Amino acid sequence: MTDDSLRRRIFMTLAAPVGAVLLSVVFSAIVLLIAGANPFAAYADMFEHAAKLETQVSMINRATPLYISGVAAAIGFRMNLFNIGVEGQYLLAAIFAAFVGGAVALPGVFHIGLILLVAMFVGGMWAGVAGLLYTQRGINEVISTIMLNGVALGLVAALVKEWQAKGDIAIVKVGTEPIADSGIIPNLTFIPELFGDIRNDLTGVLVIAIVVGISYHVLINRTVFGYDLRASGANPFAARAGGIPPKRMVMTAMLMSGAVGGLVGMAEIMDKGRYNPNFVGYLGFNGIAVTLLGRNHPAGIALGALLWAFLEASSNILQVTNTAPKEIADIMKGVILLSTVIGYEVVRRIRVREEAARTAARLAEVA
Amino acid sequence: MRKHLLLLLSVLLSFSLVAAACGDDDEGSDVSVGLVFDIGGEGDQSFNDSAAAGLARAADELGVATSKVSPNDDGSNRAELLQLQADNSDIVLAIGFLFAGDAAAVSGENPDINFAVVDDAMLDFDNGGVPVSDNTAGLTFAEEQGSFLVGAAAALKSETGTIGFIGGVCCFGLIEKFEAGYIAGAKAVNPDIEIISEYITEFPNFDGFNDPASGKETALAIYAQGADIIYHAAGGTGAGLFEAAKEQSEATGSKVWGIGVDSDQYNTVDPEVQEYVLTSMLKRVDNAVFEIIKAHINGTFEAGNTVYDLSTDGVGYSTSGGYVDDIADQLDDFKKQIVDGDIVVPTEP
Repeated sequence: MTDDSLRRRIFMTLAAPVGAVLLSVVFSAIVLLIAGANPFAAYADMFEHAAKLETQVSMINRATPLYISGVAAAIGFRMNLFNIGVEGQYLLAAIFAAFVGGAVALPGVFHIGLILLVAMFVGGMWAGVAGLLYTQRGINEVISTIMLNGVALGLVAALVKEWQAKGDIAIVKVGTEPIADSGIIPNLTFIPELFGDIRNDLTGVLVIAIVVGISYHVLINRTVFGYDLRASGANPFAARAGGIPPKRMVMTAMLMSGAVGGLVGMAEIMDKGRYNPNFVGYLGFNGIAVTLLGRNHPAGIALGALLWAFLEASSNILQVTNTAPKEIADIMKGVILLSTVIGYEVVRRIRVREEAARTAARLAEVA
Repeated sequence: MRKHLLLLLSVLLSFSLVAAACGDDDEGSDVSVGLVFDIGGEGDQSFNDSAAAGLARAADELGVATSKVSPNDDGSNRAELLQLQADNSDIVLAIGFLFAGDAAAVSGENPDINFAVVDDAMLDFDNGGVPVSDNTAGLTFAEEQGSFLVGAAAALKSETGTIGFIGGVCCFGLIEKFEAGYIAGAKAVNPDIEIISEYITEFPNFDGFNDPASGKETALAIYAQGADIIYHAAGGTGAGLFEAAKEQSEATGSKVWGIGVDSDQYNTVDPEVQEYVLTSMLKRVDNAVFEIIKAHINGTFEAGNTVYDLSTDGVGYSTSGGYVDDIADQLDDFKKQIVDGDIVVPTEP
């Protein structure tokens, strides 16, 4: 491939997301102007706030569970399985993991390992229900995972009451029994502290997110299973004809997607040391968004998660400085997501057209 | 193309620098107060607005600078907002028990700033109930006592002998205090009264505090079962109750009532439904907010739990509209008995 065409390829890949971000900046500025706020002051506040070390740590803390959630969704997407159920999978996994973690005392590595295993097991099993429904009864996984989200939320509500910490006389409930220190993944605060003083902690679950990302990359691009997965996603009939068992692929992909999804809640568990009654929600759905932004690519998802985290963390300042309504971050997210998805489709069509033109030209040459 | 991108980026950056230069402003007041609202934010006509009223009064009478922020619905930025407020204020007020854990952590990181959390005692029960930190106060209320009075009012005013209760979120211990007091008050007047209790959502789903549509449906269902007065302890959801009261009254021709909570809702609801607000159980979050700011200024801020009850008018009932003027003597008699300890109001239904 020539240097020029490589550059062109990179440009085509980046055109949609970068264009989407710029579009959202312009669009949000218009919205802010209509709302009577100064968009430049608002953006300046956001950048100024994001430039602080503490905000950057907070961004990474936010991006960590989002990234894991994004990878969980991506595993399904790679073979055209739309797992909408990460939301339910991670909440259910989190409460089981917190309960088991709070009930036992083991030496460090085993305690943490057990908590992670329980989370992955529960997440995998819950996604496996949707997998079973799909393979055994042909029930569309979109429908079943949405329904299972509802069931999971109900189950979690019941369990959080059932597993309420005992011996607490506080007025309001606090959550499951606290996990002993041996079960808590140590934070990585010493890393940002090399750069300056901070008051918040950098989550140790970041390590897990990185391992998940690397494993995902290796699995998809370097293993036979990954090839089968991509082949099944690209053309299920051809894959079947090529000897890839479709049912087993669906089941495995769902189990793996759910197992990774089960880890989404770990950052919150490790931060609070228990499943607290107001566990952070919507991470499953936001994960789908960052996966769409990152086109199922391990690095792309990371960028998407960081972008989301940047918008969320930096927009907190807007309420304090009173420069703009905080909802502007949500508007930006929506515009970015919509225009990226549209942008990718436009780029895809351009590529198809160019390739057709190239092929035609070459055929003409030969002839 | 790379050049174009760089150009764009630098233009953006220069914009942000210019804007940053004009973005700074100083309030120039001695004490600044940072407040973080509960779910639903400002404008819920109830719990949060009561806190906002206290803050406004402090700005007015004590001349403090104020800043108000609302958390995201997903609960992801509570700690960050507390920290931001701590950076910019001398005292930080967290409205709602959901802040308990984050406030304990953030107050530890900011020992020079005072913190106050509404609706949580902020005591460390694992260590014998000492304050969680030297700079954190917990402001709680005897909601059951105020609810007792509006329960008595409901029983005295009811013509059908059936009254209702709508709780926002059940099963985490707080809203049951309202229900228990309401039932006890109603039974003290009429032991045979029938009380229909409904909750919108179950803990840990807190949507029930901000769901007027469900509030309206639930209220209509309770009215349909013969109740003519419904008391709500459901924050922003309560707006639906008063709409339902209006709809039911107009549909059947016989007037039904709603009882408000936290704020004097006669003054906060839509004027259209004002005439259906019999009374409100006042939970004087505004007083608590004002008093803690005052204590901070006077240097009398104390860590630990302060309970606001009937004896200090921390809870009570409202008389706006004049619909309970005819039974005021009986209610004040109940109030006296509770303050004197002759009546002990239960906290669990």
